[in-house]
Amino acid sequence: MKRVALVGMPNTGKSTFFNRATGASARVGNWPGITVDLLGAKLLLAGEMVELVDLPGIYDLHGFSDDEQVVRHFLENNPVDLVVIILNATQIERQLSLALQIKQLCLPAVLLLNMADEAKKFGITIDAEKMSTSLGMPVVMLSAKYGNGYQDAHKIITQAIQSSMPVPPEKLQVLLAADDQIETDMEVVLKQTVQVPVQLSDNLTTQLDRLMLHPWLGLPLFFLIMYLLFQAIFLLGKPLQDGVGWLLEAFKQGALEPLLAGLPAALHGLLIEGIYNGVGTVATFVPVIVLFFLFMALVEDSGYLSRAAFLMDALMAKLGLDGRSFVMMLLGFGCNVPALMGTRVMRSRSLRLLTMLVIPFSLCSARLQVFVFITAAIFSPKAAPLVLFSLYLFSFAAAFITALLFKNRFQNNEPFILELPPYRFPTLRQMVLRGWHEVRHFLNRASKFIIAGVVLVWLLTHFPQNVAPGSIDTWAGTIGHFMEPVLSPIGIDQHLAIALIFGFVAKEIVVGSLAVIYGLEGSALTGMMAQQLDWVQAYSFMLFTLIYTPCLSTIATIRSESKSMPYTLFAVAFPLGLAWLLSFAFYQAARALGY
Amino acid sequence: MATVNLETLKAGETATIAAVHTDRALSYRLAALGFRIGKRVEVIRHGRFSGPLHVRIGATDIMLRKKEAQKIEVQTLA
Repeated sequence: MKRVALVGMPNTGKSTFFNRATGASARVGNWPGITVDLLGAKLLLAGEMVELVDLPGIYDLHGFSDDEQVVRHFLENNPVDLVVIILNATQIERQLSLALQIKQLCLPAVLLLNMADEAKKFGITIDAEKMSTSLGMPVVMLSAKYGNGYQDAHKIITQAIQSSMPVPPEKLQVLLAADDQIETDMEVVLKQTVQVPVQLSDNLTTQLDRLMLHPWLGLPLFFLIMYLLFQAIFLLGKPLQDGVGWLLEAFKQGALEPLLAGLPAALHGLLIEGIYNGVGTVATFVPVIVLFFLFMALVEDSGYLSRAAFLMDALMAKLGLDGRSFVMMLLGFGCNVPALMGTRVMRSRSLRLLTMLVIPFSLCSARLQVFVFITAAIFSPKAAPLVLFSLYLFSFAAAFITALLFKNRFQNNEPFILELPPYRFPTLRQMVLRGWHEVRHFLNRASKFIIAGVVLVWLLTHFPQNVAPGSIDTWAGTIGHFMEPVLSPIGIDQHLAIALIFGFVAKEIVVGSLAVIYGLEGSALTGMMAQQLDWVQAYSFMLFTLIYTPCLSTIATIRSESKSMPYTLFAVAFPLGLAWLLSFAFYQAARALGY
Repeated sequence: MATVNLETLKAGETATIAAVHTDRALSYRLAALGFRIGKRVEVIRHGRFSGPLHVRIGATDIMLRKKEAQKIEVQTLA
């Protein structure tokens, strides 16, 4: 099978093009270096199956960052029939060097100049035909976002691949070694073909930046935007959540109960009180999760994250981190795992390790479910949003304190240079694709962890057979009893102890397992919890849940990214200790004050 | 004409890059972002609390820390 490699600088719409070409939903992010894993897809070109590989966005082939090494190693070790180079037409002045580097390697290539629409707005004119002659490769103007020029690109890629001769990888290794000629070549081609106005027109991005990066208003605006986003998620999410809950209950009463009425009691209990109640309680959170990721996609693709990096860099520098660390923490509010992988753009190992140590404190969407559930059960509707907001503050505080404590152990002097891409509004299609991608990911986890988790919890709380379900004599009760000396000083009873143990595997299980442990669901469950727990216990439980290990996937990612077992153990042990100390301090102080 | 380092420029000032005094790896990264000798660079703003600089080269907006900006030598136009 022929192989086509997609090469381009970060922020050129490479992933958008890849998605359009293959129909797959690779993540699209307006942030340099966000696609870190190699995505491949097969597609039909002129009656032939061709493999299209999306290589990480790189600035050049010299290979100093991890991503550049990945691309270089890929080209050195895999025969490639065609390289599709995607460059940002508005930044052609500097980006052309990448096309020349590829050309110097004698790789068969076509050049797609993306964002032709934006370039036009800037007043940049490019003579594609002339550039094609002087580069010796086909050149097409393209707008991957709106699909303009896409057919031309398809035609030219098809033609090129039919006639191309792959270069043996061994030859490439030699060629990659020498590439000094490029500077002069670039000047010649640019002079002949590109006209750029001396002063760029005062465009929307410049005007927006004047406000968003304002010396005094910038930071307050940033926090206001974040606060409004979270408010909007709950305002829109709550009715949807109630709707899904109502539907699930109606289905149980109307169809499931009569259907399963004939089954033996134990099996009936496992199916309804175990699996259906457990998974159903988790499923009511799907609308909130979808909304959350839609908003995250909006912020991520808009280019605002780089501005957040700019605003926060001064503070982050004092913590031994940089603006990128802060952006990764923000991404961690969606899911910690991709945020951890995103640290690959950092070259200094110390900086990476310190950033990876603080990311797991980001209150991810899975933990959010637990907190929304508990605050709704225990706190008044007026207090609930404030309680949630305070947990976000604790999330930042835990990260900042940890960085301060360990910045001397992970010292670095990595330079911090980052592109500020123009603001872009993602198309509806991009947002829907992204939302669907996340839902699929969620359902995938649900089928893997949540069902197994709730079944196990049901077994633990219902066996041995001759005791009362959920009582102190069950296996769960025994475990809870065993954990008591550690957990009772922080106000966590044996019911919650079981939920915590399963929360170690994945936070998605916690809410489901509470439904199973109490043997109730919906308003009956929240009512029962409100009876058994006071607010001090509930808050202490949430603090602990916020700070101790996010989930097994996070630990596995820390292990594979750091390639160090001692570091991984430390990254598990430290948050566990911190979680206990914080909960202890809070619980004992609140009790001492008479609450 | 005298040269100064990029960090000393005020917001709104434009200069020509005269030299880049960094190690090889960083100079490659800077060159890829457009920091080449002879290019015009405009300082858009300085971050608060000794934060990073926001500069523009051609059509590209870039942020960099003061420490790195001090290593870039520029020639003012006036």
